[in-house]
Amino acid sequence: MDFTLDEEQQALRDAVRGILKQYDPSVDAERRRQVTATEPGYDEDLWARLAEMGLLGLPFAEADGGMGAGPVEVAVVCEEIGRVLAPEPYVASVVLAGGLVAALSSDEQRTELLGGLASGEHVLAYAEGAVAEPVIQGARADTIVWNVDGEVFVGPRPAGAVAYSTHDGGRAARLELDRSVVAPLGSGGDASAAIALVMAKARLAACHEALGAMDAALRMTTAYLTTRKQFGVTLNRFQALTFRAADLYTALELTRSIVTWATMVAAESDDPSAIVSAAARAKLQTARAGRLIGQEAIQLHGGIGMTAEYAVGHYTSRLTALNHWLGDAADQVRLLSGTLTDHTVLDPLSS
Amino acid sequence: MRLRLSEEEAAFREEMRTFFTTKIPQETRDAVAAGRHLDKDAYVETMRIMNAAGLAVPNWPVEWGGRDWTPLQRHIWHEELQLACVPPPLAFNANMVGPVIANFGSQELKERFLPPTANLDIWWAQGFSEPNAGSDLASLTTRATRDGDDWIVNGQKTWTTLGQHADWIFCLARTDPAAERKQQGISFLLLPMDSPGVTLRPIELIDGSYEVNEVFFDDVRVPHDLLVGEVNQGWTYAKFLLGNERVGVAPVGATKRSLARLKVVAEDLDRLDDPLVAARFVELENELLALELTALRVVAHSADGKPHPASSVLKLKGTELQQAVSELAVDLAGPLSLASGSETVPEWTSLAAPAYLNLRKASIYGGSNEIQRQIIAGTILGL
Repeated sequence: MDFTLDEEQQALRDAVRGILKQYDPSVDAERRRQVTATEPGYDEDLWARLAEMGLLGLPFAEADGGMGAGPVEVAVVCEEIGRVLAPEPYVASVVLAGGLVAALSSDEQRTELLGGLASGEHVLAYAEGAVAEPVIQGARADTIVWNVDGEVFVGPRPAGAVAYSTHDGGRAARLELDRSVVAPLGSGGDASAAIALVMAKARLAACHEALGAMDAALRMTTAYLTTRKQFGVTLNRFQALTFRAADLYTALELTRSIVTWATMVAAESDDPSAIVSAAARAKLQTARAGRLIGQEAIQLHGGIGMTAEYAVGHYTSRLTALNHWLGDAADQVRLLSGTLTDHTVLDPLSS
Repeated sequence: MRLRLSEEEAAFREEMRTFFTTKIPQETRDAVAAGRHLDKDAYVETMRIMNAAGLAVPNWPVEWGGRDWTPLQRHIWHEELQLACVPPPLAFNANMVGPVIANFGSQELKERFLPPTANLDIWWAQGFSEPNAGSDLASLTTRATRDGDDWIVNGQKTWTTLGQHADWIFCLARTDPAAERKQQGISFLLLPMDSPGVTLRPIELIDGSYEVNEVFFDDVRVPHDLLVGEVNQGWTYAKFLLGNERVGVAPVGATKRSLARLKVVAEDLDRLDDPLVAARFVELENELLALELTALRVVAHSADGKPHPASSVLKLKGTELQQAVSELAVDLAGPLSLASGSETVPEWTSLAAPAYLNLRKASIYGGSNEIQRQIIAGTILGL
């Protein structure tokens, strides 16, 4: 049992942190706002550099133009994305839409779609339902992977996308399926089982993104408490505030433990149902902690935390988005309620 | 990253599981499972069985009966013990005074006390807290003054858990009232409970139980060779002891076991079909899982033997969840929880409210949860 990253994974983390540095509010307080204020809401040059680094093909087989990496490496990337709120649609495009392509498509589709995704030439989006909303980057994406009642289709972006900005600085759209331009992904038919597994892995990636964001929001908050003065002293002199920060740390560390565990389950288990429930457990804990940390980060900052100019509120907005994307806390509780009698006690070491 | 246990670790876990589920008397394990108070004999018998198998004090130095285990092995030992409803080795002996004597005591003290302490031939009580020194322990005023080769102890201790069973007590006493800081000038003394001048007075708790006591010292004579380590260095030993206390204080396995037992009850009563009830089980199981994994992370990173600062997280969250499970039990029992004196209602319902009330102590002892928040804010977050 080992919860630490190996040397290669640490090197990956450092490299990703380096390339995303432009969004770090302590490096450039304006950059993220500039990028999210301009279409398509993310930095296309950066996206190309992510492709060059191999990150857009990270989880895919080398034969398909990917890197053949596993859930732990994806987690490392997502955590860095969350840490600086990088607006690039990594989880939506690579992990989710790309993940479905990798899981279901024919060899021909796989080569074309994953090759294009990994090289940065084609942006993929995931749409659920014949009328899908909000489709993350749905108006920018070249190719849409549709999940319509458990059957998966793929095709070019249909005409008539209605695009808009989302509260967290992202872009989304309303798309209507045009059956004349889509083809089944792979052999077609019911793909519910494959979808559930890919969704679970995307959910985990989103949890890691939230972990990065929570970690940064807490750091920002503790830094503020040690510098901001009121009543002639820095705020960390007030126990009412430091105790709340301690609770945030507790929530963050418990979440880090369960999310990291779930990713190890995804990396090591051969049992899809174990991965699906581990991801649900991670998502539930992340949703609870994300809400707490998001709310308290603003409250402990006071008025400045409400301003668009200051970063911390954007973390709260992003954490709120992540909470409600790919299933919220209530969805996970509902799912896990059905598994209560499958076990006497939960044993994390035998998953 | 790697989740799976190695073959050796898995075999070790199996060995512990088999031992605890086959060697400890079923009657004792049933009593623990039901949440009944145990009598002294059950504790003594269990610890002696464990000591004979070399499993009572694995955290001690090897020459005094400890085991050269990895932190993970020690964690597995502790979890399996709790899951099997085995009463843990008496904390005052195994986790508190034993390690202090082993680390700081003279060879003579070690030889005299460590074997009977490991075997529970001596039942120790803890003499730390005082009426005016709770969370602020260093404010203690019990004093020991030198008289030839002896120390004369005067003062009062309180919250002395299971002191009614104790043969000996280890206590902190002020030996240099003129010391500059209140943490200085404290010494760590051992004395028999039947010494002339020692009076034990029981304190009844809100659940009607009798667990804790006040202990009064009135000119109690203690030979100098019963002072552990050096004079006036007691605070150092106390901090060492309290650090150990915090590590074991998150009873993850025991809380998991209580919740599992409650789940069976709820299932039998068809209560799990109620989404409100099911949701509480789901949330508690999930938080306990997160806590257990955090404990695993902490043990994996505390190889130097010192308590990890994150152990405060374990104490804080561990006791909150322990309390939350007891809360769920009272809620499930509903109006029947009021029938705590009845012998006709199911035992779990009559025990639910007293257990809930009794467990309010968990967020107070072992360094109150406010103290833990202070440690997290100060030591970890730099606030």
